[in-house]
Amino acid sequence: MTEVTMTVNGRKVRRDVPDETLLSEFLRESLRLTGTHVGCDTTQCGACVVHVNGAAVKSCSALAVALDGAEVTTIEGLAPNGELHPMQKAFNDNHGLQCGFCTPGMIMTSVDMVEKAKAAGKTLTEAEIRHGLEGNICRCTGYHNIVKAVAQAAQEM
Amino acid sequence: MYPLKYHKPAALADAIAALGAGEEAKVLAGGQTLLATMKQHLAAPTDLVDIRGLSLSGISAAGGDVTVGATTTHAEVAASGEVHPAVAVLAAGIGDPLVRNMGTIGGSIANNDPAADYPAAVLGMGATVVTNTREIAADDYFGGLFTTALEEGEIITAVRFPNVERAGYAKFKQPASRFCLVGVFVAKTADGARVAVTGAGEDGVFRHEGLEAALSANWSPEAVEAVTVSPDGLMSDIHGDAEYRANLIKVMARRAVAVS
Amino acid sequence: MNVGIGARVKRKEDKRFITGKGKYTDDVRVENQAYAAFVRSPHAHAKVKGIDKSAALAMEGVIDVLDGGQLTGDGIGNIICGWAVTSKDGSPMNMGPWSALATDRVRYVGDAVAVVIAESQALARIAAEAVEVEYEVLPAVASAAKALAAGAPQVHDNAPGNLIFDWEIGDAAATDAALAGAAHVTEISLTNNRLSPNPMEPRSAVAIYDAAEEHYTLYTTSQNPHVARLVLSAFYNVAPEHKLRVIAPDVGGGFGSKIYIYPEEITCLWASMKTGHSVKWTGDRAEAFMTDAHGRDHVSTARIGFDANNRITGFKVDTIANFGAYMSLFSSAVPTYLYATLLSGQYDIANIHANVRAVYTNTVPVDAYRGAGRPEACYLVERIMETAARELGVDPAELRRINFIRAFPHQTPVIMNYDIGDFEANLDQAMAAADVAGFAARKAEAAGRGKLRGLGYSSYIEACGIAPSAAVGSLGAGVGLWESAEVRVNPVGTIEILTGSHSHGQGHETTFAQIVAERFGLPIENVAIVHGDTDKVQFGMGTYGSRSGAVGMSAIVKAMDKVEAKVKKIAAHVLEASEDDIVIEGGEVKVAGTDKAMGWHEVGLAAYTAHNLPPEMEPGLKESAFYDPANFTFPAGTYICEVEVDPETGTVEIVQFTASDDFGTIINPMIVEGQVHGGIAQGVGQALLEQVVYDDDAQLITGSFMDYAMPRADDLPSYNVNHASTICPNNPLGMKGCGEAGAIGSPPAVINAITDAIGNNNLAMPATPLAVWKAIQAAG
Repeated sequence: MTEVTMTVNGRKVRRDVPDETLLSEFLRESLRLTGTHVGCDTTQCGACVVHVNGAAVKSCSALAVALDGAEVTTIEGLAPNGELHPMQKAFNDNHGLQCGFCTPGMIMTSVDMVEKAKAAGKTLTEAEIRHGLEGNICRCTGYHNIVKAVAQAAQEM
Repeated sequence: MYPLKYHKPAALADAIAALGAGEEAKVLAGGQTLLATMKQHLAAPTDLVDIRGLSLSGISAAGGDVTVGATTTHAEVAASGEVHPAVAVLAAGIGDPLVRNMGTIGGSIANNDPAADYPAAVLGMGATVVTNTREIAADDYFGGLFTTALEEGEIITAVRFPNVERAGYAKFKQPASRFCLVGVFVAKTADGARVAVTGAGEDGVFRHEGLEAALSANWSPEAVEAVTVSPDGLMSDIHGDAEYRANLIKVMARRAVAVS
Repeated sequence: MNVGIGARVKRKEDKRFITGKGKYTDDVRVENQAYAAFVRSPHAHAKVKGIDKSAALAMEGVIDVLDGGQLTGDGIGNIICGWAVTSKDGSPMNMGPWSALATDRVRYVGDAVAVVIAESQALARIAAEAVEVEYEVLPAVASAAKALAAGAPQVHDNAPGNLIFDWEIGDAAATDAALAGAAHVTEISLTNNRLSPNPMEPRSAVAIYDAAEEHYTLYTTSQNPHVARLVLSAFYNVAPEHKLRVIAPDVGGGFGSKIYIYPEEITCLWASMKTGHSVKWTGDRAEAFMTDAHGRDHVSTARIGFDANNRITGFKVDTIANFGAYMSLFSSAVPTYLYATLLSGQYDIANIHANVRAVYTNTVPVDAYRGAGRPEACYLVERIMETAARELGVDPAELRRINFIRAFPHQTPVIMNYDIGDFEANLDQAMAAADVAGFAARKAEAAGRGKLRGLGYSSYIEACGIAPSAAVGSLGAGVGLWESAEVRVNPVGTIEILTGSHSHGQGHETTFAQIVAERFGLPIENVAIVHGDTDKVQFGMGTYGSRSGAVGMSAIVKAMDKVEAKVKKIAAHVLEASEDDIVIEGGEVKVAGTDKAMGWHEVGLAAYTAHNLPPEMEPGLKESAFYDPANFTFPAGTYICEVEVDPETGTVEIVQFTASDDFGTIINPMIVEGQVHGGIAQGVGQALLEQVVYDDDAQLITGSFMDYAMPRADDLPSYNVNHASTICPNNPLGMKGCGEAGAIGSPPAVINAITDAIGNNNLAMPATPLAVWKAIQAAG
C-alpha cells in the first residue's frame, strides 16, 4: 500500500492503495467517482478519459501512485457549480449520446481537443474533429451527432 | 493486475539500483503499452521503476542534432518546432490524442513493437539511442520483434536525431489497432538515402536496400516505381498478407518521398 | 413549446449521463461484496478430466471455488433455446446440453469451467489462473461448412453431423420450375460475416442473496429484466419468480447481446447463495469477445430468375447458419423466421424457396445482433438484385422499380403479409437527395484524382415490432411477445409510466413521455418513465427487434385510453355534465363549449380523496394494459452509398451516404435520426471493418480491439437521413420501428458501391483495404 494524494475535481484526496491500482480504479473504487468508465483492456476505447494536469489521458493506463500530487478532473468535475459545461450542453443539444457509457470519456477528450485548438488559434474542421476522436469508441451514435456537438461547443467555449 | 512494487527514483543511479534489486523489475515510462499488457496478465513485473522523475523529458537542438529526452511524450514531439517535421508528423500519428499525451519515445523504442511508428523514424533518420552507459547507433539498436540491444538494467535517456537534407513519413494504419500495417520513413542524408520500414517485417523494423539505392540515385517519387519490393520476410496476418504489405511499402515509400 | 408527437425534444435522460451520474451495473456496490472470476477453457474442444482447486483455495482472500458438478448438483438447469424449430422431415431441433459451468466437456474457447469467489476482483482473477483444469483436447471445428462435412469433429452427441435442424420455407418445386423457365438466371454465393456486438459497457452482474427471506436480487446488464427473471426461474431453477428481483439499471448499449441470460449471471446468483456473499462480476473486453453472443455468420448460395421483361419469376436460397457451440436463447429464430421470411424484399416474387441448415461449431454461440436475420436477408436480396442488374444491363434502380410491390396488403410466399409501404417514394427521395443524376460527373472528377468512384443501392424491408403472440407461438416461440404498461396518475397530477420496455440508449424516457404529455396536455417534466425493475414494473418482454415503439408505446396508449375514460367519468360527475362532452386539453378537463373545467391535478386529487366519485367507481387513478400486436410492422426504405476507392491501397472512403426511410409515425425525429445514424455505422462496420476470425483450431484470433476493427469517428461520414412515411395501420400510433433499419439496409449499399467502383463483383465483407486491393488485382 502506498499513500496517494491528488487534487480531484478541486478537492484534495488522500488514500492508501496497492501500487498496481490504476487511476481508473482509484477514481471508481476508492473515490466512488463512477462516471469514469472502463470499456476495454487495451487502451483503445477511451471511456475512461479524464484530465490529468490539464491533458486528456486514459485513466485505465496510468497508475494512481505515479500521479501523486496530480490535478485530476473527471466528468463529475466538469460542471462544478451545477451549470453545464458548453461541451456537456452541446452533447445534449445535438443528441450526441445514446446509452451514455462512452459519453464521459467522449466529453473529456472533446474538451481537451477544443481547448488545445483554441490555444493554437485554430478552428476545428469536421475532419479534425473526427481525427481528434480517434481514441474514443462509440457504438451507438455513429459519431454524426458527436461531431456536431463538438463543433457547436467549439463555437461556445 | 498482479501485485507489484512501484518505485519513482529521482536520480538515475537510484533507478539503476532499483532495476537491479527487483526480482523482475521493468522500466515504466508512459505505460501506454506496458500497463495494458499487465492488465491482461501477459506481463507480470514484480517492480516498476518509473523514470519520469529523472528529468529525462525535453527537446534540445545543438550542432544540427536534435536530442529528444526519453520521457518526452508523443504530443510534445508532435508539437515541437525543433525536430524534423517528418518526425513531428510521425509522432502526431501515433495511437490517439490520449495515448500521445502519455506515451514516450523512450518507451516506444525500448519496447520495439514491430508495428510501432518510432522505430521507423529512429532507424530512418540514422539516430543515436543514448543510454545511461553508452550511445547506440540505430543500425545496431533494433533486434528482432520486441528485441533491442539494451542490456539488463540499461535505461534509454534520450534519442539524438541528426540533421538530414529531407525526410518524410507515410503510414498505412492497421484498421483495428491503428498501429502500422506498414510505415515507411525516408531520409535524404549526406551519405545517401535511408528507408526504414515498420509494421511489415517478420523481424521488426528494417531498412530497404532497393529503395535506398533507387532514392540515393534519384530522390523522387518516380524513382520508387522501378523498385521491386519482395514479399519475402514480410508478415502475413488477417489485416494484410506479405504480398499486400510489399505493395504498401512501395506506395508508402512513394508518398513519404512526395511529402519530404 | 410543442413536446408532442413529431417534436425534436431534447432527451430528459441526458443530464445524468453527461454529468457522470449514470448508474450502470458495475457502479453498484453493496454490503458484503465479493467478486467472481471465471476459469475458462483455453481449448476449443476438450474433455474435462479433473479440476484441482487446492492452490486457489489456499490463497488468502479466496472465499470459494465452485464448479459445474456442484452447480448441476444443486439442480441449476441447462441454458435453453426458447424457440423450437422443426426440420423439414418433421423432426425436432437437436439441442445439446449447455450447463452454466461445464461438467464433462468444453466446446469453445472461453467456455466456463469453474468460478472463483474472492474478496477483490484482482485476487479472483489471479486465483482463477491457479485453478488447474486437466483437459483431454479434442479436434475442433470453427466453420459451419466444415462442420457439416463427413468426419468433422462432433460438437454435441445428440446432433449427428453437427446438424441442429434442416429447415425449409416456400414451394421448392414451383420455385425450381420458375427458375427453369426463366429468361435469365443470376447466381450468387456469399458470406455474411460473423460479428461481435460490442456494446461499450461490458456485461456485468451483481447478485445478492438474502438468506432470511430466501430472496435473490440481481442487478444486471439486460435488455429485458422480466425475461431474465422468467428463464432464471422457470428453466434454470435459480429461484422461484416471487423470490427473485431483477434490476437492469442504466445499460450501456445492447444491440441484442444483452437479451440473453448467460452463464455468468446464473452462476453469480447461485454463488451468492452458496457463499453467503454478494457476488459481483464485470466482464472485461476480452471476455466480451469470447462470451457475448456473436451475430450473423451465414454462408449462402442463391439463384434468381427473370422473365424477358426483367420481372422476377423465382428466388431460391440455400443457407448454412453457424450457431456456435450451444443454442442461445433466440438462436433458432434468427436464420429462419427472422431471415427467410424477408427474402421477398421489396419485390413482387411469386415463387420463393429457402433451405436453412443450422450447424454446431466450436465457437461462441450466435444469436440476434442488431437486425437479426433481416440484415442477412437484405444483404442476399440486394446483392443479387445489383448483380442481376449488371448482368442484364439494366440500371439497378430501374430493375428494382420494375419489381417493386405496389399494392398493399401484400402476401409474400414466405409468411409475411406486408401491411403498407410506398417503396418507390423512398427510392425517389433517396435518389434525389443523393443527386444520382450528378454521379457520372463526380465519378469522372474522381478518376482525375486517381480514385475509383462507385454508387450502390439497397432497397431494404424488415419486419419488426415483434410480434403477434399467437403467430409466433404457432411458429415455435416459447413466449408471447406482447408488451405491458401502467399509467399511474398521482394525486397531484404528475404521471409515472411503468413500462416493460427497457431503454439502453433508445431515449424512452423522452419519447414515451412525449406521447403522454401530448395526450393529456401536460408539461413533459410532469411525466416520469419507470423501467428495468421487476419489483416496480408488473411484467414486460423488453427491448429488441425494434419493438418498443410499435409494441411498448402501444401498450402505454391502451393504458392511457383507460385513464382517459376514468378521468372523463370523474369530471363528468363533478362538473355535472355528460361524459361525451368532456375534453382534455392544456392541462384541463373541460366541458366542451362551456367555461366549466377542472385542472388535471384536481381530477387526480378527486380520484384519490374519493369524496365525490360516481357511484360504484373505485378510488385511484392508475390503469394498466397489455398490448399484443396484430401484425409485424414493415419499415422499409432505400439507402444509397457513394464511395471512393484508392486503387493503390484498397482503402474505401464513404463520400456520401443517403437514407430514405419509412418508419411510419415518428415521435421524436432527433432520436429516430440518431437510431439511423447508429444503425448505419454498425452496417458500415460490418461492410468495411468488422469480422470475428477463428483459426483452423477454432482459436479466436480477433479477441480484442487490437484485431477486431470497431468503426471510429474517422472511419465514417456524416449521413444524409430522410424520411418518406406511410402510416402503419396496425397499431394506435401508426409506428413501424427504427432501431435496426440502418444496420439492415446499409451493408449491401456499401458493397454494391465498392463493386461498382472497382469493376469486380466478387468481393466479400468486410471489404477491408486488403480485400479490396486483392479484388482490384484480380479484376486486372
